[in-house]
Amino acid sequence: MADKPSDAEILEGLSEIVEEVAGVSPDDVTADKSFVDDLDIDSLSMVEIAVQAEDRFGVKIPDDELANLKTVGDAVTYVSSHA
Amino acid sequence: MTTLNQTTGPTATRILGVGSHQPERIVTNDELSLHMDTTDQWIRERVGIAERRFSAPDEKLVDMAVIAGSKALADSGLSPSDVDTVILANCTMPHPIPNGAAQVADRIGVKAAGAFDLNAACAGFCYSLGTASDLVRAGSAKRVLVIGAEKLTDWVDPTDRSNAIIFADGAGAAVVGPSDTPGIGPVVWGSAGDLVDTIGMNPNPAGGNKVLYQEGQSVFRWATTKIAPIALRALEAAGITPAEVDVLIPHQANLRIVESIAKKLRANGAREDMVVADDIVYSGNTSSASIPMAMDHMRAAGRIKPGDVALLVGFGAGLSYAGQVVICP
Ligand SMILES: CC(C)(COP(=O)(O)OP(=O)(O)OC[C@H]1O[C@@H](n2cnc3c(N)ncnc32)[C@H](O)[C@@H]1OP(=O)(O)O)[C@@H](O)C(=O)NCCC(=O)NCCS
Repeated sequence: MADKPSDAEILEGLSEIVEEVAGVSPDDVTADKSFVDDLDIDSLSMVEIAVQAEDRFGVKIPDDELANLKTVGDAVTYVSSHA
Repeated sequence: MTTLNQTTGPTATRILGVGSHQPERIVTNDELSLHMDTTDQWIRERVGIAERRFSAPDEKLVDMAVIAGSKALADSGLSPSDVDTVILANCTMPHPIPNGAAQVADRIGVKAAGAFDLNAACAGFCYSLGTASDLVRAGSAKRVLVIGAEKLTDWVDPTDRSNAIIFADGAGAAVVGPSDTPGIGPVVWGSAGDLVDTIGMNPNPAGGNKVLYQEGQSVFRWATTKIAPIALRALEAAGITPAEVDVLIPHQANLRIVESIAKKLRANGAREDMVVADDIVYSGNTSSASIPMAMDHMRAAGRIKPGDVALLVGFGAGLSYAGQVVICP
């Protein structure tokens, strides 16, 4: 990995992944949004998002950790602290 | 020194015919919603199933296997005496002893058949097809009847909403024999025993048979990341490119897994007009039966033509996987 990505870069990367996997507009992917309740992303799409985020940011997101990532902000924090 | 004979057979094999059987009773998502807290919408979105078939209490796994196997023989224009070996892929026999294959062979009329069950769970059909092809090529068998048959409803807790909506009953079969040109590519198989705990059996809270459990998201992650590369290796082993695949028939585990595999293959050069099996929509997940059943249904619907290049890939408990390229009969 090059330099550790900033939170803004992680958010941008995540929103691209979320758009690709679940067809959600990147504008809607903001830190306060809940994946399930606000963005209507189900647990299987979350797995696909996690797999792509692992590739993109060089982190590991095991299934039991994934279950704790409720909001986009949770995911940004997780990636940021594991990248 | 004593010298032993070893045999070799014909160099090429192919699938000579296919057949399938489903129980009569159709179980819709709405019917399941009467007994458990689920909805048609949840099931369609999460696994892609609209309805599935459940066997009657007196319809056994071997009964379904006999019907599917007989149809495959008829489809290949052969009689039972033309076959000398029967492989029954399954993981849901009512008891470990006796095996199913010998009964199936006897009831179909294959005399003194070499007969064995093969358990590689949902990968069982592809394992068996590879084994059958190699038995013929080695001269150990003349022609092999390969059947995948399952009665999963015997082993699923009907009140467990994450599994009872998925698994179903049925059988599919293929006859494998010599060919002038290669019609079954090399099998690419393997296992991930380190993930064994992600699909297994738990004691049944209501007593009786143990019941299936799975860590759905772990299995989903594995299937959507590891199976497309296996499928690509099967193409490479057969010496063909993704663009040459006419039909993709993955194990019908979950429509979203099927679509994910198709997407990854297309990203690697498979055609947009490649036909992708979606038999799960009306058949549910029938484990080792799903691939031959899908092939038979798609052929009957005119979605597969004789000579089409089909890529098969099975995966499931074990975890185990296997795939190969075949020319459709
Ligand atoms: C089994 C599978 C459908 C479960 O889906 P999932 O999204 O992982 O479901 P979860 O168990 O995380 O449950 C998600 C939510 O849906 C609920 N749910 C589970 N089954 C449900 C059903 N039939 N109807 C409605 N809701 C259901 C859960 O209770 C849970 O609710 P909660 O978040 O309020 O607790 C899915 O994981 C899957 O298909 N995995 C692949 C497994 C596979 O293909 N195996 C075959 C290998 S051969």
